[in-house]
Amino acid sequence: MNALDRQKLKEMRNYIIRRLLLVIPTLLIASLIVFFMVRLIPGDIIAQMLQERESTNLEVDRVMIERSLGLDVPVYVQYFRWMGGIILHGDLGKSLWEGTPVAEDIAAKLPVTFELGLFSLIIGLLISLPVGIFSAVRQDTIGDYIARSFAILCIAVPSFWLGIMVMVFPSIWWGWSPPITLVRFAEDPAGNLVQFVVPAVILGMSLAGVTMRMTRSMMLEVLRQDYVRTAWSKGLKERTVVVQHAMKNALIPVVTIIGLQLPILVGGTVIIEKIFALPGIGRLMLDAIVQRDYTIVSGLMLVIASFVLLCNIAVDLTYGFLDPRVQYK
Amino acid sequence: MSTDREASVEMLAERRKHSSITDLLLRLVREKPLGMVGGVITLLLLLTGIFANFLAPYGMNETSGAFLASPSAEHILGADNLGRDLLSRIIYGARVSVIVGFTATALSIVISTLIGLFSGFIGGAFDVVVQRLVDAWMCFPGLILLLVLVSLMGPGMWQIIIILALSFGITGSRVVRSAVIVIKQNIYVQAAVAIGCSRTELLVRHILPNIMAPIIILFSTRIPGIIMTEASLSFLGLGIPPPTPSWGGMLSGAAQRYMFLAPWMAIWPGVALSVVVYGVNMFGDALRDLLDPRLRGGMGRYSGAKVKSIKVKSIKEKKRNGYGS
Repeated sequence: MNALDRQKLKEMRNYIIRRLLLVIPTLLIASLIVFFMVRLIPGDIIAQMLQERESTNLEVDRVMIERSLGLDVPVYVQYFRWMGGIILHGDLGKSLWEGTPVAEDIAAKLPVTFELGLFSLIIGLLISLPVGIFSAVRQDTIGDYIARSFAILCIAVPSFWLGIMVMVFPSIWWGWSPPITLVRFAEDPAGNLVQFVVPAVILGMSLAGVTMRMTRSMMLEVLRQDYVRTAWSKGLKERTVVVQHAMKNALIPVVTIIGLQLPILVGGTVIIEKIFALPGIGRLMLDAIVQRDYTIVSGLMLVIASFVLLCNIAVDLTYGFLDPRVQYK
Repeated sequence: MSTDREASVEMLAERRKHSSITDLLLRLVREKPLGMVGGVITLLLLLTGIFANFLAPYGMNETSGAFLASPSAEHILGADNLGRDLLSRIIYGARVSVIVGFTATALSIVISTLIGLFSGFIGGAFDVVVQRLVDAWMCFPGLILLLVLVSLMGPGMWQIIIILALSFGITGSRVVRSAVIVIKQNIYVQAAVAIGCSRTELLVRHILPNIMAPIIILFSTRIPGIIMTEASLSFLGLGIPPPTPSWGGMLSGAAQRYMFLAPWMAIWPGVALSVVVYGVNMFGDALRDLLDPRLRGGMGRYSGAKVKSIKVKSIKEKKRNGYGS
């Protein structure tokens, strides 16, 4: 390792530390937003609980429930207890309804969403990169028009409608319908992949539209640059010019778009998990919001926010690997 | 000769008489055929929304005995499980999309402009604080934040409009802010400061008119997103409450329960939504291309706002620092 590399590594380390430090205030503000917003949700959970238990001694029961849930102290004390628990023990509190630790609930649902998200991302890229590159190389041909219309279609057709159509028509025509219970990967790997492939394609398509358009316009820009013209004039094959010269530079900004799509991906899983009855964090979120389970909603939102922030840093770091001109200053 | 020149001056004056909107429309028709198709779809959506009462063959919640009736002369697109005419509900659904889409977008633009203008113009500590708040807001995925906000404010069309406006408005303020920062550095702004323009004058006369292009672009590209988001929320049961017909809402609940008996219930609202989002998207894209030549052909550039935190040094600068060799 020469001095230059060492210098760059040191710069990168400092950059990462600085970025991580900057995450802290953002996350603190985010935690305030989450905590207080969620507690403003109308519909008193204790009233719901009392109703469910058919309580006869309302006042006593109310005080008891409040104490057991930690709701008997002022809201700001609740906030400090909550943040203290997270910082000191990584404890996100307990679900108000089930009494189970929120962190465990999230950990139990996370693999499903993670698999769906990763699968969708890969499918999205498998569609968007080749089609986007093809569309740029064959600019203004019929193939380009078809590819571009397909990209807009991916953006315009709502994934929830596509999901319903996938349930309806195969079932009417061939009597096939997606499984309703989760097939665990450990028990039946093939069955698990089959179950995830349809939702992942639908979610992947909604991501592919934007990435495809981005890839196309970046490729067009790079293909017009001097060094690409030089490569052509050297008599290189089209494949070499496109893949080895143009693609690498064109794909750098595409990485950003992929990073920016992660929040959209998380939002998309809420819808897809509902349609295909997949027990992931999207479902957990939706159920918790409907049931007014504050602790799950706020814990989950904080986890998602941290994830998004860390991904943003990761995206900025990949820039440095892809583009040697980037300096971490 | 002089008459020639006079004629050409006159011609120029004649061309000036074309308002910029007519000019824009002419260019749309000439240069962007797909954008024109999108424009026609947008116009149709608007007209359908405005004249829904006259166009719909039945009332939006009018029931006949024809439960789950398949498409026929009486119910062109069929009827739903309560015997309501599907076509009429889709036409009234257009009204919901128009109201939510346009009002929420307009409000969100106002919010974006206010935040972006002041944050970018005042700068300094104020900007830092505001931007950290925007950062914190943006680290939540839009849909999830919206779900929480809806359960906070309760269902209803106005609540949805306010929530969508707030959420999209805060995110969009970044675009306005960066436009303001670019404009602020122009020499004519410095000149205006030098001749003693007041701050208000500076904002209203010199900065605001010059950020109109990004604002219009923001407007036209936001509408399809907002229409789609409203549909997603309604689909999840946290949007426009029934029985008001919203395309998203029409796809959830009964449509899914009866999708095998009456697939038309699940097909047509989605088709309407797709066509509208497609059309408005194409129109917005074309408008953006015509208004902002820098963005021609796509989704922004490498040298855009993203690279703020990482400084890309020019090769010259690198050489000076001894990296280049």
